[in-house]
Amino acid sequence: MSTTKTRDLARPAPAKASPAKPRRGLRGSPTFNFWLFTGPFLIGLTIFVYAPILWSLWLSFFEARFTVTPDKFVGFENYTYMLTNDDFVGSLVTFTVFAAFIVPTTWALSLGLALLVNRLRFMRAFFRSVFFLPTACSYVAASLIWKMSIFSGVRFGLMNTVLGWFGIENIAWLADPNPPWYWLVIVTARLWLQAGFYMILFIAALQNIPDELYEAASIDGAKPGWQTFWYITLPQLRATSTAVILLLLVAAYQAFDEFFNLLSKTTWGRPPLVELYYKALGESQDYGAGSAGAVILTVLICAVTLLQGKIMGFGRGEESK
Amino acid sequence: MTTTMPEVRESAPPSGKPVRVKRGGGGVMSSTGLYIATGVATFLFLVPFYLLVRNALSTDAEITGENWKFFPTDIQWGNIGELFSDETVPFAQSLWNSAVVATLHTVGVLLVCSLAGYGLARIPYKHANKVFYAVLGTLMVPTAVTFVPSFVLVSSLGWVDTYRGLIIPGLFSGFTCFLFRQYFLGFPKELEEAARVDGLGYWGAYWRIVVPNSLNFFAAMATITFIQGWNSFLWPLVIGQDPGSWTVQVALSNYMTNQTVVFHMIFMATAFSILPLVFVFLFLQRWLVQGIAQTGIKG
Repeated sequence: MSTTKTRDLARPAPAKASPAKPRRGLRGSPTFNFWLFTGPFLIGLTIFVYAPILWSLWLSFFEARFTVTPDKFVGFENYTYMLTNDDFVGSLVTFTVFAAFIVPTTWALSLGLALLVNRLRFMRAFFRSVFFLPTACSYVAASLIWKMSIFSGVRFGLMNTVLGWFGIENIAWLADPNPPWYWLVIVTARLWLQAGFYMILFIAALQNIPDELYEAASIDGAKPGWQTFWYITLPQLRATSTAVILLLLVAAYQAFDEFFNLLSKTTWGRPPLVELYYKALGESQDYGAGSAGAVILTVLICAVTLLQGKIMGFGRGEESK
Repeated sequence: MTTTMPEVRESAPPSGKPVRVKRGGGGVMSSTGLYIATGVATFLFLVPFYLLVRNALSTDAEITGENWKFFPTDIQWGNIGELFSDETVPFAQSLWNSAVVATLHTVGVLLVCSLAGYGLARIPYKHANKVFYAVLGTLMVPTAVTFVPSFVLVSSLGWVDTYRGLIIPGLFSGFTCFLFRQYFLGFPKELEEAARVDGLGYWGAYWRIVVPNSLNFFAAMATITFIQGWNSFLWPLVIGQDPGSWTVQVALSNYMTNQTVVFHMIFMATAFSILPLVFVFLFLQRWLVQGIAQTGIKG
């Protein structure tokens, strides 16, 4: 008896909660809201990302000097011009070599720093900040310090001063391409700027490795050190490594800032983007050839990253959960 | 007895508290070796900063002199005043330009990309996937590669040498939008449902419930975006043709390639260009680290 009563009392409750029915009208309409939220972004994306890409594609098939509304269709002439242009092709080749060197080096250095910091017991946050701090520095500022202080080609540069203690003659680090010392300048600057950033990624990934794996390994008799590193740490970092290498590859081909600033007046060591910069915005204002070069560079970057994805096995590292 | 009460979900399992478990075993390096390696690396990483400050506070003679010393003999605080009183070098103007550009860039990117990311993640619409792929497609084309056509577009709009030209084209970052979408996919649905019950539409729920509960993520994204905005070089170089519209990076680059170099001025200017970001680092590092961890791992 009493049970029915409580049930009756409970009845009104659902009625109270019922206004949860979906709202109608514009404010509640999902379609309207979807466009309200994404509209500004999509409009901007169309104007400032898609339109330039398509325009660039279009320009690359026209003779477009000093004009962006050309009318002389030239087919693939701009492409053959760029692909037979020694400077441009040379810089593509150079930067493929550069990427093949700088990417693994940065990967190894940032992973090394991460392992180092991760094993510290004292002042870990301090040392992490120290290695991370160069991220605050722009490429321009770093180029300036490198060019005017550390690798200054005259006697007062730090490197030449240090070498002088050992009786080594001054080296013109940037002003002379033979031997190509300028690569040392660029590589050290880039490592200094980038390593800390990727170190943060590796530290985050290292801390996500479950401790049970190390415990299980030690029960199985794995020696701490190289064995655990090789069989546990490295495979567990696969997803992060893939991401880091992808980011580094794209960054290497898009190198511009430090090359532009370190080697401004020289004709050597020009990355593809600097070539394009001078081609399209320099004296000749050749937008057609510049656009063709941009398309070639994009295709090359896509090809290299796809190849990297194939080799590293994109997504295979995602079974971490 | 009554089944009408909304089922209260079990609170999330106690998520990873930063309890540090000792990793199994020692390692290749002894503790001493570890600290020696750390010390050497620290020295190498800090030397460039030291040189910057040292040269900024030296006379030209001490920077370029015959007997280069690691520690300068007397510190020239007057260099700071000299930098900002020099009429021929519009450095203060370029600092201001950078501050305006980086701030508005950050606000704009966060606003536009977070809204879009939320829309893509949470609002049911039958073509949402197609729109999402259109956004993803832009990630295939590196932004730096499109600077030529972008410049052409912006100059035909008459935006060269303007804040508009410096800021607006960079706001529509497919990558940031993608990161926001991923973040909102993991945002607890219950909170929004509660807001809907209380009669809020999508817009109201977004501003009153979703954003206030996502401030950590917004702070992380803001820190990264600000640093990128402050340090970007290629686009401001292309757009800023008149010295009045130079950002600090462009100004520094011009001082560097200029033949008439005054060393201590250049170094002082560089030091000031880094200073704001050092503050960001000191006070916002927590979010920065979090933001980078999220950015990279999802990327």
